[in-house]
Amino acid sequence: MLLKKLSEAFGPSGFEHEVREVLKEELKDHVKEWKYDALGNLIAVKQAETGPKVMLAAHMDECGLMISSIDSAGLLHFHKVGGLDDRVLVSKPVLIGKKRVPGVIGAKAIHLQRPEERTQVIAHRSLFIDIGATSKEEAQSMVSVGDYVVFATTFGEFGEGMVKGKSFDDRAGCTVLAEVLKEEYSMPVFGAFTVQEEIGLRGAGVAAYAVEPDLAIVLEGTTCSDVPDAEAQMYCTNIGNGPAITIMDASVITNKKMVAELIRLAEENNIPYQFKRSITGGSDAGRINQTKSGIPVVVVSVPCRYIHSPVSAMKISDLEYTTQLVKLFLRSIEGGFRV
Amino acid sequence: MKELIKRLVEAYGPAGSEDQVRALIGSEIKDYVDEMHTDALGNLIAIKKGGEQKIMFASHMDEIGVMVTHIDEKGFLRFYTVGGMSPHSLIGNRCVFENGTVGVFGFERVDHIKDLAINKMFIDIGVDSREEAKAKVKIGDTAAIKREFNDLGNRLVSKAMDDRVACAVLIEALKQVERPAYDIYAVFTTQEEVGLRGARVAAYGISPDLGIAIDVTRTGDTPKGITMDVELGKGPTVKVRDSSLLCTPAVRRFMQGVAEQNGIEYQLEVLEAGGTDAGAIQLTKSGIPAGVMSIPCRYIHTASEMVDYRDLENGVKLLTKIMETPYNG
Repeated sequence: MLLKKLSEAFGPSGFEHEVREVLKEELKDHVKEWKYDALGNLIAVKQAETGPKVMLAAHMDECGLMISSIDSAGLLHFHKVGGLDDRVLVSKPVLIGKKRVPGVIGAKAIHLQRPEERTQVIAHRSLFIDIGATSKEEAQSMVSVGDYVVFATTFGEFGEGMVKGKSFDDRAGCTVLAEVLKEEYSMPVFGAFTVQEEIGLRGAGVAAYAVEPDLAIVLEGTTCSDVPDAEAQMYCTNIGNGPAITIMDASVITNKKMVAELIRLAEENNIPYQFKRSITGGSDAGRINQTKSGIPVVVVSVPCRYIHSPVSAMKISDLEYTTQLVKLFLRSIEGGFRV
Repeated sequence: MKELIKRLVEAYGPAGSEDQVRALIGSEIKDYVDEMHTDALGNLIAIKKGGEQKIMFASHMDEIGVMVTHIDEKGFLRFYTVGGMSPHSLIGNRCVFENGTVGVFGFERVDHIKDLAINKMFIDIGVDSREEAKAKVKIGDTAAIKREFNDLGNRLVSKAMDDRVACAVLIEALKQVERPAYDIYAVFTTQEEVGLRGARVAAYGISPDLGIAIDVTRTGDTPKGITMDVELGKGPTVKVRDSSLLCTPAVRRFMQGVAEQNGIEYQLEVLEAGGTDAGAIQLTKSGIPAGVMSIPCRYIHTASEMVDYRDLENGVKLLTKIMETPYNG
């Protein structure tokens, strides 16, 4: 299953190699031309003579950690790569570097903590990764400063049509994009699997600069907080309610005509949809929209609970509906689209 | 120009929804420019031919506003701000949606008014249920502050003076300019309030030799206000810096020189916080010399922004003369 492979791939920002390989293998029978750029973006090229040039983008990278130093006891200290909440770190199993050395995020034992420390979140600078080494030399033979770290989460199914795993943000979007690229279109379609979104939307802008599309669609796994203690107006998205269409986020106001067309198609084809109801947080769409003399853009997201943590949860039907809606949109603009 | 300003400020146009303002400006300037088009972000780009160099002027069409994020079972709307807006400035105010639906800002009980935040506020559009509300408003719809234009004599007050007065000044200058020294690209930009977004892509497309933004700026002339040497009625400003740019010194000197040669009253402006389209223009491609002419404005980003009509008249004069004076770096 592609989503499982992508979810379990090792790919923090700046180290997306494994994700790239999974995607190239998955699409080898469907994509004849690939472009790679200086930042590591992987761009599937489906050339055609007529119709608008469309770029679809999904980011390959995930939030992770990076080893910053190794101490004399063989414990590893680390920095965060992307927006991880310190509260989700302690006691989690992790994998380090290309060799996937297993480790555990440790902290000072509770009986050694001062009273005020017990009521506070343990800052990531006070945490460390234990790889079972007992000396600096032993640790250095296993890992190196600069190695990336990801959560050691395996993918699984649970409940009714639900899946759990790490990095659905944005391997869900990568899955949708891969499925979309398995079909042929009569217009030029560029599928950009981008890098370094989590640390500042860095890949998407240069990809859009090179492709220079007439319009762009960003595919995301977005936050969903329809859980106890959250008030309905703070949910952002609801799981199981279909693809979430963004009107505005911190980085972009999406194109109204493209949004209207997505809604029309969803309603005509009985595809459930919702709006992303939170304005905070940016997306690759912001960079693409601001590239060169401006590129109209929309964002379609799969709702995912608990993103930016060791494990997120998603409904498979949301992923399928998102794929279906994006394909319908591409079909509908094959003959041209005035944004 | 007062009548034009009234129409401009009362038009509906939060960031991303500038269609009404664009249509109004388009019909106002079409007889005074050689060509006109709208780009992918909705910028209205009007060209008036006149010389070798390209000069870009940017006045933003968008205003601050709110966007609906949730509709509850009783028909109250939760919202988020579009552009910088203080929750306190909304108390007692009303908003209007593109389709004319009017709403009132309300807020949850708070122990102290300083605890007020946007996520404790809602819009009441006078309905009793979600269904009734949905017939009028959808999630993602934007609303603008509802407040009429008042002529107080020298002083004018309304919502959206930021930045429709600059649109008015640019329109008037386009009408009055006789011998343009450049190919003038008058750009009425979009999405300034959410991050200078329209100007950035417009500047890329035009690639001008020189860029000048026209915007409003704060003043230091109210009781116990900020320390700032800008006053209403003392003329438009030539900006030195704000948070988005250090104006290119040669452009600033050029603008000051034009004002002085033509006896136009102006003030120098150092703005501590706030940005303008010129910040985006200056960093486009390999860099574009950029400056700003500002209209002093009190109570910026509230429902009652106040400007002085004499500053607008002098602004038109200065801008017209800039259009007629070659820039030699």
